Amino acid sequence: MTMEAYRYEDGSITYPGHPIGPDGSEPVDTVDLSEYTAEVVTWTTSNATPPGVREPNHLAIVEFDVDGTPVRALGQLTTGDVDIGDAVEPVYCEELREPGAGIREPDSQAWDGYRFEPV
Amino acid sequence: MPDVAVIGASMTKFGQRETWVRELLAEAGEACLDDAGVAPDAVEHLYVSNMASGEFEGQTGVPNALAHDLAAVPAYTARIDQTSSSGGAGIYAAWQSIASGASDMTLLVGGEKMTHRTTGEATDVIASLTHPVEYKHGVTLPSFAGLTARLYLSQFDAPRESLAKVAVKNHANGARNPHAQFQKEIDVETVMESPIVADPLRLYDFCPITDGSAALLFCPAEKASEYTDEYAVVSGIGGATDTHVVHERADPTTMGGVVESGREAYEMAGVGPDDIDVAELHDMFTILEFLQMEGLDFAPKGEAWKEMDRGTTELDGELPINTSGGLKSKGHPLGASGVAQGYEIYKQVTGSAGDRQVDADVGLACNVGGFGNCVTTAIMEGRR
Repeated sequence: MTMEAYRYEDGSITYPGHPIGPDGSEPVDTVDLSEYTAEVVTWTTSNATPPGVREPNHLAIVEFDVDGTPVRALGQLTTGDVDIGDAVEPVYCEELREPGAGIREPDSQAWDGYRFEPV
Repeated sequence: MPDVAVIGASMTKFGQRETWVRELLAEAGEACLDDAGVAPDAVEHLYVSNMASGEFEGQTGVPNALAHDLAAVPAYTARIDQTSSSGGAGIYAAWQSIASGASDMTLLVGGEKMTHRTTGEATDVIASLTHPVEYKHGVTLPSFAGLTARLYLSQFDAPRESLAKVAVKNHANGARNPHAQFQKEIDVETVMESPIVADPLRLYDFCPITDGSAALLFCPAEKASEYTDEYAVVSGIGGATDTHVVHERADPTTMGGVVESGREAYEMAGVGPDDIDVAELHDMFTILEFLQMEGLDFAPKGEAWKEMDRGTTELDGELPINTSGGLKSKGHPLGASGVAQGYEIYKQVTGSAGDRQVDADVGLACNVGGFGNCVTTAIMEGRR
């Protein structure tokens, strides 16, 4: 399992990847963000979660620095004890929410991924 | 290209309704035709703004059902789905149908039936608009609001109470609106002591889950006087998108779709933010009122919150915002909300808003889908 981001011809990186990058160019490489640490841009604790989602659900938008190129991602936190600017690292989780409990077709997407844990 | 007029408007009571989506749509549609004195067989195009009738109650094909129920057959029909901005997108589609000459009489009806679902189920239907990398983390629209509110308060040194004041203002306006789900004033303490939903936002920072519908009737402006002496002209309209994946935006406190759709609407109408007398903004969450005020240039970046203490956006302020009570107090039946925003602006610029009437010739409605993913902004001017 990797946290795969796409690098495009102009050097920009997005997570998730897209068939066409922000500048209109095609992806040329992938980057595994799970090998990097990130900084918390903002966070929240959600106390009203949909079916199949843990409650409370700690969430953050984080920013990775991939050799000078910023890349943002959103994901669950392992704790609600964080603040803006804290350093975090991705930690693998086999099942982030219960497949099939919500409206989305279980086979239409992956359900594992990475939570962010304070370093 | 002919100017496009709105010659009739209606909305049902918003709230928890016993009726289902077909009946809700018919209720508003029939009332709108009655309001304008137009016979159903005069309707050439019929649009239904609706996000998720299939997901909520297993009823699809609602535009055709409505055409039959209103005796508007053989009108051309289409469903307009742009998630929470389906209503605004419906105004855009209705405007296009008249401006292009494809129709001389277009009825737009927006509606949604939601309250039979639990809060968790309804939240999940709405959250299904998110990208798989967002959805699997259990992200909801309220959690996007919590993430953005924390950043906004931190970046701009805004007090938490400034968001509470948005809710207080809009509840005060909603108390004057007989169609609103909540006709009850609240105070800042009530907001600040309510349960945390998505930290730092609390229960009263969020709109409710709502059933309801609203409708508008459009025709070429040159023919409007055949039906009524008081009507509104859609003088500007714009629509735009921002990234589907919310965290990919360079500045999370700027909604690019609001900025771009507003710019288009201002340019088409030949007006600027200083010319707007009244506005309906998409306050699904209190923080969104600030983001739209700034995106539409009603306030400088990071300073919308300061207008709360100045009273600028209150009913008797320099720029009244959400005179209807907004989504916050009036309610948010997804597909109906943008149409109901248009209803309020139509009422204001034609001088028929009753206890909520402000001095307004030019009004603006900004309808936001997703978390700023798609936005429609419309400007209406009164003709009396």
